[in-house]
This record gives sequence, structure tokens and C-alpha cells, in this order.
Amino acid sequence: MLLIPCPFCGLRNEEEFTSGSEADRHRPADPIALDDQAWVAHLFERANPKGAVREWWWHGRGCRLWFVLERDTVTNAIKVVP
Amino acid sequence: MTGYRLDRGGRIDRTRPIEFRFNGCALQGFAGDTLASALLANGIGVVGRSFKYHRPRGLIAAGVEECNAIVQLGGDDDAPNMVATRVALTEGLDARSVNCWPGPNFDFGAINDRLGRLLPAGFYYKTFMGPRGFWPLYEWFIRRAAGLGRVPERRDPLGYEKRYDHCDVLVVGAGPAGLMAAVAAGRSGARVMLVDERPEPGGMLLDAPDDIDGHPALDWVAAVTAELDVMANVRRLADATAFAYYDHNLIGVIERNTGRANLRERLRKVRARQVVLAAGAIERPLVFPDNDRPGVMLASAALAYVERWGVAPGRRAVIVTNNSSAYDTARHLKARGVEVAAIVDLRATPPATALAEAAGAGISVHVGHGVGGIRGRMGVTALQVAPVGEVGGDWIDCDLVLMAGGWTPGVHLFSQSGGKLRWEPDLGCVVPDRCVQAERSAGACRGRFGLASVLADGTRAGAEAARAAGFAVRDVTPPVASNGPALELALIWEMAGARGRRAFVDFQNDVTAADIRLARREGYRSIEHVKRYTTGGMAIDQGKTGNLNLIDVLARAEDVAASAIGTTTYRPPYTPVNFGALAAQDAGPTIVPWRETPMTPWHASAGAVMYEAGATWRRPGYYPRPDEDMEAATLREARAVRFGVGIYDSSPLGKFEVRGPDAAAFLDRIYCTRILDLPHHRIRYGLMLREDGRLFDDGTVMRLGPDHFFLTSTTGNADAVYAWLERWHKCEWPALKLWITPVTTVWANAVVCGPHARDLMARVTEGVDLASKAFPFMAVREGKVAGLPARVMRVSFTGELSFEINVPARHALALWEALIDAGRDMDITPVGSEASHVLRVEKGYISVGHEADGMAGPDDLGLGRLVARDKPDFIGKRSLAIAAWNAGPRRQMVGLLPENGAALLPEGAPVMSVEAGRDPSAPIGFVTASAMGPALGRSLSIAMIDDGRALIGRTVQLSARAGSQRALVVDPVFLDPQGARLRS
Repeated sequence: MLLIPCPFCGLRNEEEFTSGSEADRHRPADPIALDDQAWVAHLFERANPKGAVREWWWHGRGCRLWFVLERDTVTNAIKVVP
Repeated sequence: MTGYRLDRGGRIDRTRPIEFRFNGCALQGFAGDTLASALLANGIGVVGRSFKYHRPRGLIAAGVEECNAIVQLGGDDDAPNMVATRVALTEGLDARSVNCWPGPNFDFGAINDRLGRLLPAGFYYKTFMGPRGFWPLYEWFIRRAAGLGRVPERRDPLGYEKRYDHCDVLVVGAGPAGLMAAVAAGRSGARVMLVDERPEPGGMLLDAPDDIDGHPALDWVAAVTAELDVMANVRRLADATAFAYYDHNLIGVIERNTGRANLRERLRKVRARQVVLAAGAIERPLVFPDNDRPGVMLASAALAYVERWGVAPGRRAVIVTNNSSAYDTARHLKARGVEVAAIVDLRATPPATALAEAAGAGISVHVGHGVGGIRGRMGVTALQVAPVGEVGGDWIDCDLVLMAGGWTPGVHLFSQSGGKLRWEPDLGCVVPDRCVQAERSAGACRGRFGLASVLADGTRAGAEAARAAGFAVRDVTPPVASNGPALELALIWEMAGARGRRAFVDFQNDVTAADIRLARREGYRSIEHVKRYTTGGMAIDQGKTGNLNLIDVLARAEDVAASAIGTTTYRPPYTPVNFGALAAQDAGPTIVPWRETPMTPWHASAGAVMYEAGATWRRPGYYPRPDEDMEAATLREARAVRFGVGIYDSSPLGKFEVRGPDAAAFLDRIYCTRILDLPHHRIRYGLMLREDGRLFDDGTVMRLGPDHFFLTSTTGNADAVYAWLERWHKCEWPALKLWITPVTTVWANAVVCGPHARDLMARVTEGVDLASKAFPFMAVREGKVAGLPARVMRVSFTGELSFEINVPARHALALWEALIDAGRDMDITPVGSEASHVLRVEKGYISVGHEADGMAGPDDLGLGRLVARDKPDFIGKRSLAIAAWNAGPRRQMVGLLPENGAALLPEGAPVMSVEAGRDPSAPIGFVTASAMGPALGRSLSIAMIDDGRALIGRTVQLSARAGSQRALVVDPVFLDPQGARLRS
């Protein structure tokens, strides 16, 4: 079980959090302007890299803050992103 | 094997005899015995039968690696799959062997051993393939033949608990390395936890005599333990197993010595800043014909039985070895009075010092020899000495054969932590290489076997861990000890096979070396596949003794180095863990924390049948009268709503406040429905789509002010909707000024519904004009109901005239009782969730989770008119325009009127086409909900059917389970399609 540093609450157990997947993938500003293929790629394709990822986490069973942290998908080592 | 109790020695209390039973036989041991040592002391050689061939089996080990002595405990200790070496002997203990009937000495299942040729690796996969339909029959037999024990029938009379724990340095293992690590870390002031699976500290020093600082090693253990026990910052848990190493240094520890008589076990989930793994090593067996006969055991185990429990496992031993440790073992055994007939040394040139030692002790050594065979089915009577690589040779009479195949480091926790292993070519085993978490290994579990180097390694590791945790470490000097002679191990474990004789690799699952070679010939090359196909390493012991031999046999068959094979994955738990300990306090009524509405005391007193209806809310299903069953009560309640007045507790609905200058703009993007133009004090039915255009949730949106909205969601999705709203606001549109507050339990709701609802409301409402013109459908008013401040909404989930009254939760019970009182002469009827379901089905309203199953889009559900397609954007909008969306048939919501109007169609029943040219057996949809319509007075259903709206007015076919009947496809709104009733 991960030990996650909530910027507001400090180190807490993973079970208090919900993962929100890739942090740097945002909704396109104008989805209507995208063709079907680009839109479907946005919907369903994820990078799933081996190594460092930046991802959203939600402290839903705590202070309810959404925040970004950097996690290594191989070692699960976690760094807080300021 | 003819074990017996020695006159002296052992760490048992001979003044405290203990009576116990084994397979119904009354026996006696002493305090301090394990079940295993007591059985050996009573001369019991056969402790059980093997899993597949039902071969007689004796003890092979003295510790957690034991893989033959699996027992079922009875009485208050009722538990299956217990390992005799881990069961402390207690008064009245009642143990039985498993895998045998009627008993281990005579077992009908032993026929499997004769049929062995017919039971190769992968037997089940090959045999039970067909004919089709026979599997249930096979399964009945297999289930009876398989299974090592019997699940306890009653609740454990003792309790369990679990808790979190924290420390700076966790040391796993209280052998010489662990004790030194704990001392080094403890002296620095760090908070230390020292955890050891045995009841006593000392580790391998308990099993084999040795000297430290010129005195018996156990004197040193006592002194060090005394020092640790007075340190306020050190906690020592004995009889406690660290069984799992999870992410971020979370270690699961099961404590059996709980200090409380009514508590069997305690689970500690320990977050350690730093970890020292000093788990020791397990001796490796050798692979030779009939190496599973009772009387064949690990050399270290024999020594342990002698030293710890004063039990000689046999009278005349032969030691088979590939390294120098056997010579020490022989000397110790001889000193304790166990005759050593010979040492069989697989090495071509053992060290001269070892040979000289054996000669001095009068023990004959067979250099360059192995075992050709074993005589004695129920217990060893003789061993055949064969030159390495050959078969045949002289027989030596003996009743005990000891295997010394080197050591397997206990890398289990290290590997679970994510650490990478590396092959140690000289030792023929894997050792820790690269660490991933904040841990380090010390001593035998990283391939250090000499006592002096183990003590030094432990000291280093303890100091390192304390330093890494931020503590200043003073110099700690390990005590003086000897490393003893080097192992000088020869990489030979398997000996030449004898025709018709099995040589076992995994004893518990009956996997032989031949099985592994067969698996390879059949194409299984990956060690993970070979493991699963042969089941080698998959028994209760998880291959603690067998895994490295499995790799060795496979490597030689492939003609590659063992390092090229790799290892299987080590997973928690290290040793079996009781479910009781994992559940602990979360059992019985506390397993789910049920939620209840404020009206629950009234529901209970009215005799409501309560059960979960989503999101852990326990609420009334129906309120049966004395002579009613569920069906009758539900119909009566539903008819009251259609023709009189009902009252429904809808408090569990998800509720949210959204406030702020951008609240309207935000909700306009969240809902596909138009929100921006929603007038003050009006309500709109809103759909939330996911970004892929499918329906996510439905509910109402109410405007209480220019910047103030109140939303409801479905009960089951309340948490998900809240997370959804927060996510879109905080991650995608943080610039929008608003805040979202979940208020599901702040407000409680009572819904008054039915044609007489307005009459009832008129009796209790102040300050609200209830006339339809003044207070239309989908409006909200604030006033007083039953003297309580309330919001009243005209929304409807039943299709009838309805008033939903929201009051602060603390007033809800008073409101409910006042409404019941006021409506008594109108026969006001409380309505449960069953009737609510029936009413919504008859009205053709969707239910999220039934019709909206995650695949359906708004138009599929007949709700296309609610999608404001001219809005510039909303979540899901782009997906509704994907070309593929409309390329094929859409599964659409329709109503069904089955031929038999007296019976309900089962929900989920497939629906088939009767059109010419269509496959009559291919489902074109399924039934999602069925009800006995209270207004229509007949059975009706909602279904999702391919292009279903085009089939309205035609018939479809239902499957056999649904009565093999036809049904008429109709519009899903069975009642009042114009909505005159709800708008009245």
C-alpha cells in the first residue's frame, strides 16, 4: 500500500486516495474541431510508460484536494510536485 | 524412522507433561514441544500421506518449510492445513493427518501410487477435456479427492484483532544477524521492532550448537535479549511472522503470542522507515529415488530436533551431502548419542580436513557417491550407495537419511519488496542484489553462512538502517565467533534415477524430477509455466524446499546454467495467514457500516423489511401486513400511489450544493441538458454523460438563486458523482469560480405521492400555494411543512402527483410522523423500494445500472430530447458525433408485454427475433426490468433491444427460462404518456 504525501495532510495511506491518471493530459479546448480518430485517441489511448509518470491523485477520503505527484511505475517511488 | 526422546537436552520442560491426540491415539509430550517433535518422540514416523499418490510421508523439516506433516486440528483449535512443525503442543490438542482415509498407515488412496504411470504432470488438463458436459461429474470426484483439510464449521471461539504500527527500524528475524542488527539500531535510540516467527530468539543458534565469545552461543543470545528487553525504544515480538512486504515499507506481521487469552492472533500493519531482513536460510533437499520415504529428512532438521526438543529422529543415520556442513552435523549427532553409519559425499574431492575429522570420529565416508535407492515403504530400512551418475551399489542399514544440499537464502520478503535477485554461482542459489525499498538484508538470507560473518553483517545492517532513519550510531562491535569450515559446495542435487522409482522435487504436491522433464518435452520452457503445469512450488509451503531443485532439474534438461532459467515470483504470504486475522474486527455486523436514514426507527416499528438498496444504505424494501408476502405488499403499496396517497423515504438520494458566479456555466458543461437558462425556483431533469457519450447518471438540478444550485444524483452513484464534479472543476476548469459541497446526509426527504397528495399537503403546509398554477410541476417552494422549515419540490419518480419535502436531517423523523398522522384517515401508505421500482417500470423511467448500463447513450434510452445539441460544448458532446456511433443498430429501450400477463419475465432474459431471415436463437437484446403493473394489472417489462423502437407493434421471442413465449414490443411508457397525472 502506497504512502502518499498529500500536500495538505502529509503522509497518508493509499486507501484514502483515488488515482486520477495522467496529469498532463487535458481535455482538448475544442473537441468539436477534432476528427474522430484524434478524439478517440484522446478518449482511450494512454501512454502507460515504464518509469516516471506525473499523475493526478484525489484525497477523497481526507481533505478532498486534487494534486499532482510524480510516481515511478517500476519502483512506486513517489515525489511531490510543488 | 524410529524416533525417541533422548534422556537429556532440549529446551523443553520435562516436569510438565502434556496429553494430546493424534489420529485418535492418546500420546504425551512436554511443554515446549511442537506437535512435530512430540510425534517424533513418540516414535511416530508416518505423519500423513502425500496429495496425489497418497504415499506415506514423515517429517522432513523442523520449521516453516515442512511440507509433509499437514494436519487438521480439532476442537476449539479447529483449523485445516496446519503444519505440525508450527503447532505448539497444548493440553488436549487433537490433530489428524490429511489426504488419507481411514488413516496414514493404511490408506485406500494409495492405489494412486500404483497407478502413477496414468497420472503424469498435467493429468487433469489432459484427462478431463471431454466429452462435453461431463465436467460437472468430473468436478464432483475431483473436489472430493482434492483439498487438504476441512473448513471449520463454527466460528473461532477466540478473537482476532488488527492494528497499524510504526517504527524507525524493523528487524525481521532474531537469529544472530537480527539480534546484532537490533542491538546496533537500538543503541542509537531509534524505535526498533524485532520480529521473529519462533517463540524463542536465537534463530539457527537454537538448532545447532555453537560458541560465541568462548561460551555457548545461547548464553550470548540470553544476554543480548536481556539488553534489548530493557531498552525503552525496542519492542521484541516473539512467535510473530513478518509474512508480507508491500509498497513503501508496509510489512504485515502476524503475532500469535498476543498476551491475551481470548485473542488468537493479532495482525500488525507496520510502516517502518527502514527495514533489516535477517530471515536466515532453509536447507535444500536432494533429489534421489524414493527421497520421500519416512525417515528421509533435512540434516539441519535432525539436529534441531536433537538440540531444541531432545528428540532423536532415528537410531542409525546416513548423511548425504554435497558440502562440508555434514561433517559438523555428524559430529554433533554422535555427541548426542545418535549413531552415524556413514557420510555419503557427492563431491569427488572433499577437503582433507573434513575427511580427517570423519576418520577421527570413526565415521566411514563414501566419496563421490550418492544414493541409488531407499528401502522401506513405511520407514527407511536401508540406503543404497551408488557412485555419482550411476545406479546400483551396496546397501547400508539405517533408519534415518539426512539430506544436506546446501542452503536456500530466505529471500522471500526481499523479493516481495521489489528487490532484484542474482545467482550466486558458488552457492547455487539466489541472493539479494538491487534494493528498491528502504531495506537491506543481513546474514544467511544474503548468502553469508559463517557465524562470525553473520554477526558482523547484522551489526552493519542495523547500524546502516538506524543511520538511514536519521540516528547517530555509536560503534557496535560484534562478539567473537568462528566461521567454521567453508561449505565448498558441489553443484549436484539430483542423482541418477532408478527405474520405476520416483525422485521428488516438490514433496507436498507430489512433483517428481521426471514430471518436470515431461513438462519441458511437452513444450513448457518458462519456469512460470513449468511451475503451473506441474504444480511444483504451488503447495502450502510454496516451494520453500523444492523451488531451487525445480530450477536445477529444468536447467539441466535445457542444458543451460540455472541463472538462465530465472526464478518464479515470490508473493505474500510467506507462510499461511488465517482469514480471521485479516478480517479481525471487520466481521459480523461491522463488516459493512450500514447507513440508515433518520426515519429508520419508524420503519422498524412499522415492520418494514429492511435491506440494502445501493451504496450501503439499508432501507425499507416493503412494509408487509401480517398476512402479506413481498409480492402482495408491493402491489398494495404501488396501488396506493396510483389511486390514493403513498409516502416514500427518499433520503439516500445523492445531494450536492454548487455555488459561485460560474456555477451555472460549470453545470452547463457537466450536464448534456441545458442549465444556463434554468429560471429561479425551477427544477430540470438532467443527464450527465461520460466523455464517451454514454449515460453516467441522472438526477434533478434546482436553481435556488443566480449563483446557487442544488443537485440530486442516484443513490448508488452519489460518491462517484461527487468525485466526478470535483475532478472536472479542479483538474480541467480550475479557473471557474464555484464550490461543490456534498450534502447527501444533511437533508432528508419524504415524498408524498398519489392523486390525493395535494389534499394531504394542504393539511400540513404553511406559506406555499399548492395550486397547480401557482406551484407547477418541476418547481420548488420554500415554506413550512408540519411546522418545520422545508423545501418542497414537485418532482416525480412514480408518474403521479408528487411533493418531495426536504428538511434538515434532524427534523426528518418528526416530519415523517406528522405526515403519517395527518394522512391516517386518507389511508396514507408507506412505500418501500420494491413498490418504487414497480412504479418506475410502469412509467417507463430509466434506472441507472439497469437500462443505463454504461453502454447506452441518451437517445438509446429515449432521452434524446434532453440533449441540448446546440450548446457549444458539454461532456460527451463530441462522442455523440462520432460516425461509428450511428453506423450500426443501436440497442434501444422499449416496453414488452409478454403473452402471459400473470408472470414476471426474469430480468436479464435474452430476447430473440421472430422476423424471417433472422437467426431465431441469436439474442437481439435482453430484459432489464419486470413488474406487475399496478395500474395495468398485468406483467410488463422494459428491455434493451437492437433497433427496438422500429419493432414497436411487433412481437419478439423469449427464451425457455422466460417461458418460451412471445411478447409484444411497445413504447416503454406504459402509463400516461402525456404526463397528465404528474402535472395535475
